This record gives sequence, structure tokens and C-alpha cells, in this order.
Amino acid sequence: MNHRKNHSKTTHHKPQIPAIPTEKSLPTSNHLHLVWFSLIASCIKLLVIPAYHSTDFEVHRNWLAITHSLPLSQWYSDETSQWTLDYPPFFAHFEHFLSLFASLVDPTMVHLTNGLDYKSHFTVLFQRISVILSDSVLFYGVYKVTRKLELKERYLIWVLLIWSPGLIIVDHLHFQYNGFLLGMLLLSLAALEDGKDLMGGFLFAVLLCFKHLFAVAAPIYFVYLFRHYCRGGLVRGFVKLVVMGSVVVTVFAAAYGPFVYHGQIQQVFRRMFPFGRGLCHAYWAPNFWVFYIILDKLLAFLLIKLGFNIQTPTASFTGGLVGDSSPFAVLPTITPSITLIMVLLAISPSLIKAWKDPKPRMITRWVAYSYTCGFLFGWHVHEKASLHFVIPLGIIALKSVEDAKHYFFLSIVSHYSLFPLLYEAQEYPIKVLLLILHAVLMWLGFSSYFCSANASADKGDDSSRSAAAGSKNSDFVIGWLGRLYLLGLLIVEIWGQFLHPIFLGNKLPFLPLMMISIYCSFGIMYSWIWQLTQILKSPSTL
Amino acid sequence: MEKKRTAKIQSKSENDSPETAFWWWIIHKGTAASFICICLFAILVRVCVSLHPYSGAGTPPKYGDYEAQRHWMEITINLPVKEWYRNSTNNDLNYWGLDYPPLTAYQSYFHGLFLQYFDPKSVALHTSRGYESYLGKLLMRWTVLSSDAVIFFPAVLYFISVYYAGKSIRQKNDLAWHIAMILLNPCFLLIDHGHFQYNCISLGLTVAAVAAILSDRNVLGSVLFSLALNHKQMSAYFAPAFFSYLLGKCLRRGNPFLEVSKLGLAVLGTFAVIWWPYLYSAEASLEVLLRLAPFERGIYEDYVANFWCATSIIVKWKRLFTMPSLKLLSLAATISGCLPSMIQMAWLPRKQSFLYGLLNCALSFYLFSFQVHEKSVLLPLLPASLLASEEPFVFQWLTYNALLSMFPLLSRDKLVLPYIALYGLFFLLYHAPGGRRQKQEKWETRFLFSFSKSFLLACSLLLHVIYLTVTPPLKYPFLFEAVIMLLCFSQFLLIFLYTNRKQWTTSKLSPIAEDRKKHL
Repeated sequence: MNHRKNHSKTTHHKPQIPAIPTEKSLPTSNHLHLVWFSLIASCIKLLVIPAYHSTDFEVHRNWLAITHSLPLSQWYSDETSQWTLDYPPFFAHFEHFLSLFASLVDPTMVHLTNGLDYKSHFTVLFQRISVILSDSVLFYGVYKVTRKLELKERYLIWVLLIWSPGLIIVDHLHFQYNGFLLGMLLLSLAALEDGKDLMGGFLFAVLLCFKHLFAVAAPIYFVYLFRHYCRGGLVRGFVKLVVMGSVVVTVFAAAYGPFVYHGQIQQVFRRMFPFGRGLCHAYWAPNFWVFYIILDKLLAFLLIKLGFNIQTPTASFTGGLVGDSSPFAVLPTITPSITLIMVLLAISPSLIKAWKDPKPRMITRWVAYSYTCGFLFGWHVHEKASLHFVIPLGIIALKSVEDAKHYFFLSIVSHYSLFPLLYEAQEYPIKVLLLILHAVLMWLGFSSYFCSANASADKGDDSSRSAAAGSKNSDFVIGWLGRLYLLGLLIVEIWGQFLHPIFLGNKLPFLPLMMISIYCSFGIMYSWIWQLTQILKSPSTL
Repeated sequence: MEKKRTAKIQSKSENDSPETAFWWWIIHKGTAASFICICLFAILVRVCVSLHPYSGAGTPPKYGDYEAQRHWMEITINLPVKEWYRNSTNNDLNYWGLDYPPLTAYQSYFHGLFLQYFDPKSVALHTSRGYESYLGKLLMRWTVLSSDAVIFFPAVLYFISVYYAGKSIRQKNDLAWHIAMILLNPCFLLIDHGHFQYNCISLGLTVAAVAAILSDRNVLGSVLFSLALNHKQMSAYFAPAFFSYLLGKCLRRGNPFLEVSKLGLAVLGTFAVIWWPYLYSAEASLEVLLRLAPFERGIYEDYVANFWCATSIIVKWKRLFTMPSLKLLSLAATISGCLPSMIQMAWLPRKQSFLYGLLNCALSFYLFSFQVHEKSVLLPLLPASLLASEEPFVFQWLTYNALLSMFPLLSRDKLVLPYIALYGLFFLLYHAPGGRRQKQEKWETRFLFSFSKSFLLACSLLLHVIYLTVTPPLKYPFLFEAVIMLLCFSQFLLIFLYTNRKQWTTSKLSPIAEDRKKHL
């Protein structure tokens, strides 16, 4: 009702509003708006500097020390600290670059032995601020990826990406450098969407040399570039393949060449792929293997009840110490190669689609889908890896109301699954407020956006926006199942935080975390299936 | 983040003309939504600020305000009410003795119970002196946070709903921006959640009182203001404004005597209830009263940017006059500073002039009264933030200078980092894209004005840097404090003169229009 009245008002008032210069002429003002969004985020990031940080803080400090004190040939063989360098070479160079400034701020910080567990005020300040500054790559990536969208969409996506609570929790509280890496991914996606395939491929290769976990999307990149970039006849395609190949090879040679020269390359790979670590992390990332473990436990429990003699493995998943021995009582052990095959199988639908019809506007979806598969079926997955698909999916969250619903749901679930990263009481209100605020903003933004899309569709005066609001007739409403699920999230949290200590005390200390993993893995599984159906549905039908 | 929403919305409305009306509708319909967003963001910022050190962290033997508040909790939950203000073996008044009115003591009592439940050691009698721990800090921080959320936030909501009632949609555009300006004022945040105090309670009660009076609920307003006075005697900065505005209003009613006595009874009743445990004898109440007026501390403290401290560079007040005559002198100066705005309010009690009156009286107290602390600048800042949509520049300028004037204090508390972050945040929110409809500024000498503004701002930023990095000459160890103080004082004085003039001019212009509105 209210709606309608306002629409009529809108149309009524329209002639009176003088034509304000419209969006075509706004680049400068818009840069400023993006800067404004980024700076607001940076203020919050500055404020949380004294908050809790995980051991990753010491990991990165140690890498500063290694890269600063040792020659390149020893970077990957140093074992002074247990936190050895296990990221690809470009990241090591990045740390080396930072250490140049770090040594000016506080020389002890970059000392190999004296610096161990060193946490002076200036060390914390320096490392935290380095993360905040490196986020500018993210901001640039966001700018690139949204610069062609219309204003409304752009602002909303900025809210989703720049004010992402996940990035604040993981990068600025827990401590990591995901912001600028994801920024590079966004830059690469922006290049691909613009048809600048060579640039996109180059950026992705560089990204892989920063953090190899992004390699899950390599198959889709390969197929897409092969089919999209290297086309136009046999000869021309071959030339392009050679060009692309030489670009990628150059990047990798620049990264790994020096280590080959020093005879360190095997050591580098040993560090980068530590398969001895086990299938799951101490806190289970909410993925497919959670179900597998639970099924194993249930089966073992049932069989023991039925009188079978089952050896329960000593290396329990819940203890946090995960060794090499088989942790499963009944079901077959999972090896890295099995997970690899499963990931490839899961990705294959998108590969086939990309092979058949490599469309630039689908690439973001495919890449995000690949990371979802990697997250669900991968080996030793961290819950933090959910950022790899939540952030890219943010770009396409406004393509249709279905996308928005899915993103709303996925974003809440995956951010909630990050909660165990910050387990101390001091940060509890911060993570809760970040998530609630994010949810409220998403809800307001999506519901108003799709309302307006409908409104302008009703008026019939939208020539500029055609694909933007694919399904014009549906408002942004979360179905009862979604609501029920989100309510369940609240119950899981209340149980874990308040009721569990009251009713069970110190018994079953792992139960709250397990509940979060299991509960969130349902949500992520749903998101995977939804993304899969979207991919299967879309390209061939259009 | 909430702000982000409005900003987003409004910047869209600027650039995206077809959607202008649509975004309007959102703001119009979404007052509650935007308030929720701003509140969540404001609480988030508060929690983040509270991660930082409090005043006197790890500095025995006296520590700081944090220890004072903790000590009051310790005293109030362990001793009977009658002994709270009395020196005894259990209550050494020389060690952070209770020197705030009884409402603060009750609040300490309840917060003390909360602490006792979760961390009994932190409020144990005697043994808890100087107690500092992770949990203790957290619990104390949460008491401030909850007080803020329970008292200050609803009060601001009440004020906003009263202030914007009956205004046009165009004026309501400022609403979200205005809420953010009040709730995210860096000074309140730094003092309450960084330095550690409970100003949110007394300021929140004052805001609620202002809102009640603006909506013509005078009795409720008087009761609320009495509560504020009983939480922090500093609220007396506002007393002349409340008094003269209410008096002016009563005099225009049919039966002034009845109206005045109604309000008087409300005030007396509130006081009686709060002071009940000490009313059994004159001696007991006097004992409490004496604790509230620490005249022995001197006419000013540290380098506060007020008249006495600023002029003491030329006139050595402390040497020239005895304490009693200084008291009289400051009293006379304060009253004569308040007088113009008091007369105006009693003469023509308009809603708008009430807010100006609050600002003028509080500023007059800050500039001229006895024993002013740097933190007292929060009091004039409150009415300035209530006036933010009317007088954005005054508000902004007062905030910048208030921040600067508290900078030495806050850097002693090791709060430089949140200071920078909040300074930036305030700047960004104030200039939020599309956050506020830019009004046509009527400055004839606009260029000169903006030039001097940027020049002063640059000076102030430079002073921050100098204060942090340069060691002052041995001969004048407090040189930079003095320079900061003088700069701030000059700005405060200018603002004081400007707002006094403004109070008189607006009241002269508006009465007819406002009367007409009333008749309609």
C-alpha cells in the first residue's frame, strides 16, 4: 500500500526536480565516495589494533625476520622458529619489502632470534598498519570491478565488500593479509570481465605466486582463457596460447627461478604443500568432511553397540592434534589425492560450461564456485578460506533477487563460522556487532534495491537497466526455511556461549565448536548446491 | 556503518536523479531502521575504543579515574549507605573518596554487585586496591557500555523524535546525520570508553530532560534534570538555562505561581528521594555536601582552556587573590557570563533559544567558573551537538577544539591511537557524502572565513604532531600545553560570543513565525 502511494508521489514529483547532472559525469565524485567508504573502514581497523591477534601475527613477524636477515637461498630452509615460511615466493618478497620499513621502526622485530614472540607496541602497530595499508589493493580492486555498474549497485557492493566483517575479523583481528590478495583476485576478475584476458591471466598468475591456496580456481582459469582468449582459428589461437603461456611462465619463473638457481626448489614445494597436516584443522571448517567424520563416529558408535569390536582411533579430531594415523574408525581413510579428485569432480560442471561457452560475465560465478568446491572438499581447509568465495560472490550479489537471497544467507553463515577464530571475551561484542550490522545493512540494502528495481520496472522508464534486475517481480524476502535456519544459528550460538557452560560445565568442551561446524556446513552445502544449479541452468539456456 | 547506508542512499539521490524520490521514501520510512544501524555502529565503535587503555592503567599508587570508579564500587557494596561519604578506617577518603552525588554512589553500588558476581576479587574491601585484570577491565568497560546503551541512546532517540516532530521531510534528511553526530562524538567516546567515566549517564539524563521540556513535559524534564544533577554535580553547568527557560515559560502561563511551585516540588521531591539516607540529620547531609565541593583544589587544573588559566599567563590570579575572593570573583564572572542568555530565555522562552541557552550557560561555566577540568568541555559540547543541524559549523569547530584541548590529557592516558581514529571518523561522518544538505552559507567574507578555518585547523594538526614528537625546552616544560590551551581558549571565547549573539538574533527573528505555527 505504502509502496504504491509513494510511487505515485515519485512520478508526481518528478517533473519538478531539475535534471541534476547524471551518472555519466561523475567519476571524480565517485572516487571520493569510494575513498570515503574505505577510510571509514580504516578507522575501525585502526581502533581494533590492540585487540586479540592469533599466532599468525608471530608467523608473519617471523617471516619479516627471515626475509630480512637471511639471503634468499635460505628463506625456505630456516627453522629457527616453528613458524616456517610456507607461502609462495612473491609473498616472501612482500614480507621482505615490509621488513625494510620494519627494521627502521624497531630493529628487534626483524631479528631472527631476539625477535621470537616479540610484541612491542611498535611491532604491533607496524604489522597492523601494514595490513591496513595493503588493503588499498582491495579498494582498488573493488573500484575496478564495480566501476561500470550503475550507482545504486555500486554503493551496495561497496558496503558488502569494503565493510565486509569477514575481512575485518580475519585480517584485522585474527591477523592475515587476505585483503590485498583478494583485491588482486578482484582486479583479475575485472580484467576478464572487460575482455582483457591477458591482463587477467597475468594477475592471476601473480596471485598464485603470492598464495597458492588460490590455485583451486586455476582449472577454470585455464579452460576459460584457453577457450576465450585463444580463439580465432588454429594459427591465431596458437599464437595467443603461446603469448599467454609465456606470460604465465615468465611470472612463475620470476617467482621460482631464483630458488631453482639456488637448488632450493624442492624445499620450497615441501614447505608449500605440507600434506602431513591432516584432513581437518583443529577447528573443523564447515565443509563436507564434517559429515564424513560424523558419519564415521555414528557408525562406530552403532557397531560398538551391536557388539562389534571397533578400535577407536587415538588421534581424535576434537583434540586438536591431528597426526598421520588414520583418524577414522570405520570409514576408509581420506588421502590428499582423494580430496583432489573430489574437488576436480565438483568443479567439472563449471569447466564444461566454460568450455562450451566462455562468457565473460559468468567468470566471477565460476571462480567463486571453484573456491566453494575447494572449501567443501579440500584437504586441511581453514574456515578463513570461505572469504575466497564470499568476496567474489559479493560482486554478483545484485544480479538477481535470487542471487541476493543466496548471498544474504551465505554471507551470514560463513561469517558466523568465523566466530571461533576470536574466542576471547573481549572481542565477543565486536564480532557479534559486526555480523549483526552487516546483516542489517544487507537486508536494508537488498530489500530497498529490489523494491526500487520493481518500482522502476513498474514505471517502465528504465532503459538503462536491463539485466540489473533480472527478476523484477519478486521482492527481497527470506523464505521460512531460511529464517528457520538463521534462527537455528542464533540457538547454536546461545547454546555454545551461555547454556552449555550452565548445563554441562566443563564436560564436552568441544561440543559448541562442533555444533557450529556441523550447523554451518549445512548452510555452505546449500550454497554449493545452489551455485551449482545456477551454473548448470544459466549459460546453455540463454 | 549505518551512516554508510544513509550516505549511500543520499549520494545516490544526488547523482541518480530518477531515484531521488525513492531514496527519500526510504529515509522517510526508515527512521527506525537508520536509527538501529547508527546505534549498532555507535556501539561497535564504543566497544573498539574500550579495547584501549584506561586512565592510570598500571601506574600505582594512585592510578586514575578507572581506579576511582572501581574503588567506589568497592566502598558502596561493602559499607552501609551512611558511611559512604564518611572518613573511617574502612573508607579512607584521601584515596579516591566518593565525591560525586548519591546517584553516582547508587550506580556504583549496582555496578559493584555486577562485578562482585563475576569477579569478586575486583571489589573486595581493602585488598582490591589497584586491582587490574583482563576480566576486571572487561567488566568495568561493559558497565559503561551498558549505561550508555540504556540511558544515553534512548535519550537521544527521544530528543531526535521531539526535535524533528513536525518538521518537513526536507529537514528530516538531516536526521540520520544528526543522530550520528550526537552518538559518535569523539569526545564523549574517548572520555567515557577510553579514559573511563560515566558521563553518558548524566549527559543522557540531561538530553532526556531537554527533550521532555521541548515537548512541554516540564515536570518530567525537571525530574530528569534533577537526576542528572544528582549523578554529577557538573550538570549544574546547565542549571541556569533550565531555570530561566522554565521560569520564562511559567511566567507566560495563566497561573505562574502554581506552575513554579509544581516544578519546585518535583525538583525537591526528586532530591529528597535521592538524598533520603542522608536526611536524618543536618550534619550527615552537610558531610555529603562538603564532599561534593572540592574547593581546596584551586581555581583551575592543569592547562584547561578557560579564562582563568589563559589569563594567568599575564595575571597571576593564584598569587594576587586569596581563595575565598577567587571564589567570589569566579562566581561573579560565571553569572555575568550566563546572564545575557538567561535574560533572553526568561524574556522570550523559545524552543530554539533554549538549546542556545544551554550551550551559552555551559560555555560560560566552562570559561569562567571555579575548578574546571579539561573534561568539562563535554558539557558545552552536548548542547552544541543537539544544535548540530542548526549550527553545523559551531558544532564542528567546538568538537575539533575540544578534542585538541583534551589531547594532552588523552595522550597521557595512551589514547593517541583511538584519538586519531575517532578524529578521522568524525571528520568523515561530518563530511559524509550527501549526509547533510549543504546549506547556502551566508558569509560575505566566505573566502576569508574558509581560509582562516583551514589555517587554524592546520595549526591544530601541527600542534598535535609537535606535542607528540618535540621535547619542550627545559625552561618551559609545559610550553606546548600552554600554546594548545591558548588556541583553544580563543576559539571557545569566539564561539561563546557568536552563540550569545545568535541566541538574541534568532529569538528576535523567529517569534512571529513560531507563534503563528503554534496557533496553527
